Parts: sequence; C-alpha cells; structure tokens
Amino acid sequence: MSSLESLYQQTILEHAKARHGGSLSEVAACETSWPAGTGQCHQLNPVCGDEITLRLSVSGAEGERRIESLEWLGNGCSISMASASMLSDLAGEVDVDELATLIEEFRTVLRSRGTVEGDPEELGDAAALSGVSKFPARVKCAMLAWVAAEDALRQAVATAA
Amino acid sequence: MNSGVPLTDVEVLRIRNDFPLLAHPVNGRELVYLDSGATSQNPLSVLEAEQEFYEQRNSAVHRGAHTLAAHATLAFEDARATVAQFVGAREEEIVWTSNATAGLNLLAYAFSNASVGEVAPEARRFALGPGDEIVVTEMEHHANLVPWQELCRRTGATLRHIPLTDEGTLDLEEAARVIGPRTKVLAFTHVSNVLGTINPVPELVGLAHAAGALVVLDACQSAPHLPLDVKALDVDFAVFSGHKMLGPTGIGALYGRQELLDALPPVTTGGSMITTVTMDHSGYLPAPQRFEAGTQPVSQAIAMAAAARYLSETGMDRIHAREGVLAQRMLEGLSGIPGIRTLGPAAGVERAALVSFDVDGVHAHDVGQYLDAQGIAVRVGHHCAQPLHRRYGLSASTRASAYLYTTEGEVDAFLEGVAGVRGFFGVK
Repeated sequence: MSSLESLYQQTILEHAKARHGGSLSEVAACETSWPAGTGQCHQLNPVCGDEITLRLSVSGAEGERRIESLEWLGNGCSISMASASMLSDLAGEVDVDELATLIEEFRTVLRSRGTVEGDPEELGDAAALSGVSKFPARVKCAMLAWVAAEDALRQAVATAA
Repeated sequence: MNSGVPLTDVEVLRIRNDFPLLAHPVNGRELVYLDSGATSQNPLSVLEAEQEFYEQRNSAVHRGAHTLAAHATLAFEDARATVAQFVGAREEEIVWTSNATAGLNLLAYAFSNASVGEVAPEARRFALGPGDEIVVTEMEHHANLVPWQELCRRTGATLRHIPLTDEGTLDLEEAARVIGPRTKVLAFTHVSNVLGTINPVPELVGLAHAAGALVVLDACQSAPHLPLDVKALDVDFAVFSGHKMLGPTGIGALYGRQELLDALPPVTTGGSMITTVTMDHSGYLPAPQRFEAGTQPVSQAIAMAAAARYLSETGMDRIHAREGVLAQRMLEGLSGIPGIRTLGPAAGVERAALVSFDVDGVHAHDVGQYLDAQGIAVRVGHHCAQPLHRRYGLSASTRASAYLYTTEGEVDAFLEGVAGVRGFFGVK
C-alpha cells in the first residue's frame, strides 16, 4: 500500500462521504446557549479553513453518565470530516469517562508520528486514522472534531444535573 | 507590457541548473515545484553571495572604522542600490525590512505615530483620525488588510474596500465611488496572490492622487515576475519580499518617495537611526537610516541584491513573457478537466503565472496531499486571503504558481495529477 493509500484508506473516504452524526443544523450551530447537560464547541483550523461545530449532551445520574447525543456541522477535508463521522459512531456506545479516555488515546496515536497504532477494538473505525500521524501537517485535521468533543464534553458534564 | 521574447525551453533548462534544490527528489519522485508564489528557490549566485559575505566581509555596518567594517558597509549599501535600481527607485528610497508584511506594518505604525501626541510639522500630513478613510481591496493578502484594520482601530479612521467582480478583477466603477475626499490612503496589491489578476495601477493611482490620498502598493507578486518601475507607476510607497524573488527569507524592502520617507515618523527606534541623543530628546537621521534601528540583516540584503541581479540579467520582460505562456497553459489545461473551477481572469487575459482552483467534491487539502505524493508541490488553503475566498463561496483552494525555472513538462505533470484527483477520491 502506498503512503497515500495508507493515509486515505477506503473506510476513511467512505466516512468522509457518509458523515455520521453530521446532522447539526445551521441554526443550532449558531446558538449561544444550551440546556443543562449539553455542551457545544466550534473549532477552526486557521491554516486550511476547516471548521466544525459539535454539540454533545449527557444523561444519567452522576457516576453513570452516558453520551445522550453527539451531532456536528462541519466543512473541511476528507480527513477532518471522516474523523468527525468516526467519532460520532463511537460516542453512541460509551459513557462520559470512556469517551474522555478514547479522546486521550486517539490523541496519543495521532501525535506518535507513526509509532503507535490505534486499536480498532477501542477506537473502532477511527483506528484507520493512525496513518495520519505520519503526516504532521494533517494531524490537526484529524484532531479537529475530537478537540471540539473534549471541550463540549467538559461543558456538558459541568452543567449536568 | 509583454514586450519581451519569452525565455525558451532551452534557456529554462539552463536556468534550472543554477537551482540545486530543484534537482532533489521528493517522495521518490522528481520534484515539480509549483509553489513559488509562496516562496521561491535560490540560485547558486544567491547562496554564494551570502556565504562569500560571511567568509570575507562579515562585520558591523555603519559603525567601526576598521577595514572589514568599511567593506561590509560598502557591500550593504551596494545591495541597496542594486535593489533600488531593480524597481526603478533611488537608493535613499529603499528601506530594508524583514519582509513585505513588516514593510506594511512599518507604514501603518508610522501613520499611527503621526496621529498621536506631539507630531513634527512635516509628519502631520500622515495623521489619521475619525472621518478619514483608508481604502483597500477585497483581494488583499491579510498582510495588506490586517495592519490597516488595526490602524483604523487605533486612530478612529474608517476602513473601506473596493469589491471584486465575478471575473476576478477589481470593480473600477465601485473604486471611483469608494475613493473620495475622505480617502487618506489607498493600499492595494499589484498582482493578486490568489487570482493572478494584474491590477490597473495607473487608473487606481489616478483616482487616489486626484483625491489627495497616498498610494501603497503591495508588489510582492509583481516585483519577482514582471518589470517593475515604481516611478513610472507613480506610487508613493511599495513593499516586496526577498524570498519570493529568488532571495533568502528575513529580508524585504519598503520603497517610499524620498520626501515622504524623510517626513514619516520613525517606528522602531534605537541605535543607528539617530543624530544627537540627550537624556531627554533625540534627533533622527533621514531615510533610509531613520527606519533601520539596530543591527540589520546584512548578508540577507546582499543575497537579495544577488537575486535582483540574477533576475535582471535573465531579463524581467523575458521572464514575464515566459510566465504568460505558462499561465495560459495551466489555465487552458485546467479548464479541460471535469469538475475544476478556476478563479480569476479567464484564458486569454494577461495574468500572473499562478492559478487557484476548486475541485468539485474534493477539499483543497486532499488535492494538495494527492499531488504531493507525486512530487508536485502546490499551495492549499486560503492563501492568507479569507475575504477573497468568501467572495467566491469557498473556504480554501489549491494554487499552482510557476516561476522562471518552471518547465512546460512540469505544468503538464501537474495537469495530469489534477486530472486524477476526483477519481482517486471516488468523486464522479
């Protein structure tokens, strides 16, 4: 597999088109206040203009909080859009602590310059983005949604009843 | 304007031998360097000029009485004369800056300094305040926009702009309406770094001068690529960068009409720019020294002059003519590829040898990555011109920019690369 093909694996190109979770409306993305237990974050990569607004809600009592919903609206390269889509798939299956751990795990893989391979058991399809870590200029693209989710999660947990 | 005979393919191949970097493979492929609009490569004569300075003349300029210091000062001032001649200016009218951005900021801060506190009588003509207007254009690089936004914020002046047409040119009818008695400064680019548009400098200068406004020309994309004569264009100030015209980074120049530069308040103050200093007060040297406080980038200035000599010896008219041929080849090639939308003037219109384009269904970053895997270096993103991209409904584009060392074969390799993009990303 050429380095280009390892960067753009089929699953990445498919996610970039499918955009799971990419259902946040323009109106919602522009809102400036949210219900308790919800957080929203806008991230922009000023280098290439890639943008994402991600909204996340949590539910359940403290200690057993789950991700109730994760939606985003974005515009950008296939890496950034696929990454947001893959993150959305993961978020439906984990609780808040697990999501925080996965974000950290993903960051470690992406910053590894090709030395750490993501575990598909943990990261699901997002493990296919491991190859991005060999392209330093693209790491930010892959991290965009995850950085937004990290901040939205922090807000959501802080305001949850 | 295109009076020169284009450089021939044989001449271009000979030119390429002067550029060591062009022979270095990238990703196992022959390098196709189409990012000279961002930064150009350096010929051996430029690299050698810098090395020769450090090996034989390195010393402090404009201070010290020893032989080396005299040699260094001479070389430094010769470099100024060379660069001045390159753009049709007198040597006293060229101020070294670290790049064009620094030159524009120098001007904006000098105007600021003329607007607050105790101001020398000759500097009052540069003062700005509420009711005054600065005019820029919608196609500006952020370097020729943000410093003016900040100047307006500091002084209370208003920033206005000349809009773009759908064809990628300035709306001159609108320009005639925007530029008026309140206009104090008109700042615009000679050649758009995204559209390749060559702006009608005489018309715009005519409008500005009729309104009594000063003209600042961003010559970053013109000084390297076409014969530039700041006197003939009658601009009041101009800026350009060394690294876009075969020189090193860290050096650029600000041109200003002498009587203006001598009246303009200094910005960076300190050593080497003063006459008499007491504990309370200082007097300042005339230009260019009044703007060159502290130790200057001497070897870079000398290398930039070597770059100017290389370009002059090659012939700016011939470079410009050659680039005109390459521009049309790129533009025509791109317009034959399905799903490609080029920005800027259509084929047949004179333009710079840079073409920005959008690939339907594929983000610019992905286009650039795909081309890079084939050794083709292009620029992707907003090219420091977000308002321009917004105007055309885009957040980013891909830009290929050629120079005197670009071959037709490279343009063809690039076109072939672009033709493969949508297939690779599965876009129909």
